[in-house]
Amino acid sequence: MEWLARLGRSGLSFSARLGRANLLMLGMLRGLPQLIRRPRLLLEQLLSVGVLTVLIIAVSGVFVGMVLGLQGYYILSRFGAEATLGVMVAASLVRELGPVVTALLFAGRAGSALSAEIGLMKATEQLSGLEMMAVNPEHRVLTPRLVAGILSMPLLAAMFSMLGVYGGWFVGVGLLGVDEGTYWAQMQSQIDWYEDVVNGVIKSVVFGVVCTWIAIFQGYDCVPTSEGVSRATTRTVVHSSLAVLGLDFVLTALMFN
Amino acid sequence: MSQAPTADEALVRIRGLKFYRGSRAIFDGVDIDIPRGSVTAIMGPSGTGKTTLLKLIGGQLRPDAGTIEVDGQDVHALSTRDLYRLRMRMGMLFQSGALLTDLSVFENVAYPLREHTRLGASMIRKLVLMKLEAVGLRGAWNLMPSELSGGMARRVALARAIALDPMMIMYDEPFTGQDPISMGVLVQLIRRLNDAARITSVVVSHDVAETAEIADLIYVISNGRVIESGAPQALRDTGGEWTRQFMGGLPDGPVPFHYPAEDLEMDLFEGHA
Repeated sequence: MEWLARLGRSGLSFSARLGRANLLMLGMLRGLPQLIRRPRLLLEQLLSVGVLTVLIIAVSGVFVGMVLGLQGYYILSRFGAEATLGVMVAASLVRELGPVVTALLFAGRAGSALSAEIGLMKATEQLSGLEMMAVNPEHRVLTPRLVAGILSMPLLAAMFSMLGVYGGWFVGVGLLGVDEGTYWAQMQSQIDWYEDVVNGVIKSVVFGVVCTWIAIFQGYDCVPTSEGVSRATTRTVVHSSLAVLGLDFVLTALMFN
Repeated sequence: MSQAPTADEALVRIRGLKFYRGSRAIFDGVDIDIPRGSVTAIMGPSGTGKTTLLKLIGGQLRPDAGTIEVDGQDVHALSTRDLYRLRMRMGMLFQSGALLTDLSVFENVAYPLREHTRLGASMIRKLVLMKLEAVGLRGAWNLMPSELSGGMARRVALARAIALDPMMIMYDEPFTGQDPISMGVLVQLIRRLNDAARITSVVVSHDVAETAEIADLIYVISNGRVIESGAPQALRDTGGEWTRQFMGGLPDGPVPFHYPAEDLEMDLFEGHA
């Protein structure tokens, strides 16, 4: 019966954490009016959460696009369909790889940094210090980070997809001899604005909410020791990655039926 | 032993405080009165919940039973807005200083002023420099927290704590880990600020000599209860055996030197250690 008790304890602990995460989200949302009055707080976080993530996103986007161009060309050329390379590259990126890989990279780079920063602020009593200065840390520290994460993700995913398309172009058109006009024209005619692009943006917004929420919660809820912060950053990456991959399946099933 | 202050005299009034962590009682029916304008020390061995007591007074933790009144207001019956309004009149000096590490010394001290007042940049500058002057660190206004020693960081935190001219300041282990000079500076600062600005000070510490030097009233806490209270000298002279051991820093007494263990001979020849 011990395993049953352990299962029950794990279930209770999970429910309690889920409840705390939801309360934290409510607390952060209550800080939105203050953020609107003080946009400077958001700009600072857009820099650290968004702008400083650009490099890894850009480099990854180019390479993923190049690999897609290479693999796509070898498969499509077997059927004499290399003219559709642009469509394949763009559809793969805009629908799936753009939002998903960006979210995974975001979790690894910005998410872990968010958890570590907030966890260390907790461990060094900075969050308690703010509370005792009559400043709500959820509004002052967490809400700007949440909004910055949500705004950054679709922009980073768009950048990833755009650079990926150029990576595919470089390999397909530049190195393997696919006709440039066909590459772009096929892409323009076959990629649907709503079906492909908007759905991709919706995915990245959802991933932005989930990844940033997980990162902030893990940091805020961590045990305030060096080991606790280290575990929080690890959990951020693991939970975010699993959540992104699971949600991607659900969203894809809903959007593309 | 000194008499408990009357309602008007007591800025902080704690009655029947109970607080548990799991099944362990941190406080089990504690009554404390902190008189206005005094330096009151809360003392006791490590792990007796002294920092927890400050967090309870500041409303960061909720008691399981009992009430805590600050300036006549029941801290845990207040709405969030009223609690934050009360906290604007309370300063707290954390053990670590709790300075915001991405802001300079100047910006740290200016932080509460920017958050809670609509003062112009010039007035904020003057106030910050005055507060830094009070703790002797006006010349360090442009340093970052990482460039400060532990003692300097606490003095900056103290300047930040008095930025809004609070009615009381709570000091959490202000002397821990300080060299003798920094310790002496902090001791004098706490007393001087208390008297000059007519602040009420609550000092949580287990540094007996330094705390007793500046305290008007001492509460000694152990095992979740106030075991004695009074003026420092009175506690030294007439306190119970436990208190005298604590105040005198004696290695053996009611709190034994040895952690409970089997008989030494038994342990040496047959024990499992």
